[in-house]
Amino acid sequence: MNQIPTAEGGTAEDLISLRAVDMRFRQHSVLQGITLGIHREQTVCIIGESGCGKTVMLKLIIGLLNPTRGSVHFDGRDVASLGGKELVAMRLRFGFLFQMAALFDSLSVFDNVAFGLREHRLCAEDEVHQIVLDRLKEVGLPEGIEHKKPAELSGGQRKRVGLARALAINPEVMLYDEPTTGLDPIMSDVINELILQTQRSKRTTGVVVTHDMKTVTKVADRVVMLYPLARLEPGESQILYDGPPEGLETAEDPRVRQFVRGEAGARLREMAMQRGAVGAR
Amino acid sequence: MAVAPLPASAHRPAPEPGPTPVTRLGEQVFDAVAEIGDVAHFSLLTFVWIVRKRSRWSVLVPIFYAIGVKSVSVVAITGTFIGMVLAVQAHHQFAMMGLATRLGSVINISIVRELGPVLAATMLAGRVGSSMAAELGTMRVTEQIDALSALGTNPIYYLVVPRFLACVLLIPLLTLMGDFMGVIGGAVVSTQILNVDSFAYWKHTRDFVDSLDVFAGIFKSYFFGAGIALISCHRGFNSRAGAEGVGRAATEAFVFSFIVILFLDFVLGLGWNSVYQAIYPQAQGLL
Repeated sequence: MNQIPTAEGGTAEDLISLRAVDMRFRQHSVLQGITLGIHREQTVCIIGESGCGKTVMLKLIIGLLNPTRGSVHFDGRDVASLGGKELVAMRLRFGFLFQMAALFDSLSVFDNVAFGLREHRLCAEDEVHQIVLDRLKEVGLPEGIEHKKPAELSGGQRKRVGLARALAINPEVMLYDEPTTGLDPIMSDVINELILQTQRSKRTTGVVVTHDMKTVTKVADRVVMLYPLARLEPGESQILYDGPPEGLETAEDPRVRQFVRGEAGARLREMAMQRGAVGAR
Repeated sequence: MAVAPLPASAHRPAPEPGPTPVTRLGEQVFDAVAEIGDVAHFSLLTFVWIVRKRSRWSVLVPIFYAIGVKSVSVVAITGTFIGMVLAVQAHHQFAMMGLATRLGSVINISIVRELGPVLAATMLAGRVGSSMAAELGTMRVTEQIDALSALGTNPIYYLVVPRFLACVLLIPLLTLMGDFMGVIGGAVVSTQILNVDSFAYWKHTRDFVDSLDVFAGIFKSYFFGAGIALISCHRGFNSRAGAEGVGRAATEAFVFSFIVILFLDFVLGLGWNSVYQAIYPQAQGLL
């Protein structure tokens, strides 16, 4: 597929593009010089250690945060420049599964899933009813669960309700923030299957932030690995790997291979050196 | 001659000096100014959303119920005791001067103009303000506020506007309730327990307290309601992560609301006195 490079570093094929993005919270830099394009119907997994800015990147894509420098474009438009109805219209093209599902405590499961449809009057109430029940069924939740409150659900059920809520508005892009964190291996696999099913049946573009290599192997078309800024050598790119999941094991950078294999040796040596340096002071 | 190598510490860069007290003070001043600006911006956005889009009844009713109906008993009990305590405390002094029958005027003017509105607002800052800050703070740290935005709904429109309207519209009604219970409490203790003549008690009350005094208290309570809602919601929205962050937001909501209530009481009191003097120039000496 030919990709036409644009002046700012993305390509015309990209549905989502981050162009030289820096993100800083007060004195703390999280992302620096991130340039990344995501094509339509592609599923990209973003991996990396905790605190390296993966979730921040998701929030930048949907406009919950604005970059300190650089820009984030969705479908050719700068997200930071959108306001009012345009921003709402853009967000309705996204579904977001939050790390802890972020279900609204005060609402029932039914009202949670129906929230987007009702709030934006996307369809009539009887249609809302049918869509909610269909989405709950699609994510494998039993009948009757729609009357429960989020506090009565297990972790896996909450995640699936969160997924049903995200899918209810029929999004073009799904953003998943650590979809399998805190779940048992079976439920993790159920969630992975649901991501895969969503990707195939609805032809959505997906961005999955995860630590779980099983999720990566199962759902990713492409993997991007970020590294914490504090531990990068001067002048190094924060993106250590950008390629197919099959290439992770044989990546040139040893830090990528260590992360994929879960080998803490080098990290432990680094921590010991840091402790030594602090002790010497 | 061989030169002895420098000790390792000589190669190490000197540790960066910590911030001086002046730097720290400067940072605190900047933070305080930024915080005030942030509250002002938050308040402005709330007013914009009140006008821009009407809140739904299905969202408003539960919040009005939680803030208004559930606070009735607290305000009623507080009001009753304020009246009763005032009667007990003031009776001795007044009786010594032979002015026990004047008790009604002092108790009731204090209740309707000052104590009723301020204490009702203080109770509500504790009950409603802290609870709003804790609820919104929990929503912030569990990403529910982000989820609202991600679903294309403005969190200020959905979460702050209904709470603001409930506080502004219902706190004056609760104040009226507190005033009424305070007047009854004071009258029961004065006339039934302290044996003040009932006719004289009410006559002096009528001579001294007029509807403008009641209105002055209610007028202030609109501002107290707005202050409680905006400060508590702002603290909740800016809550830090974890149980400690949410707890801190709830505490700050009460403390800052209380300070704002007292500040507004002072400013509005000054303003109201000017209005009162303009309406009743002959009463200047009494204020």
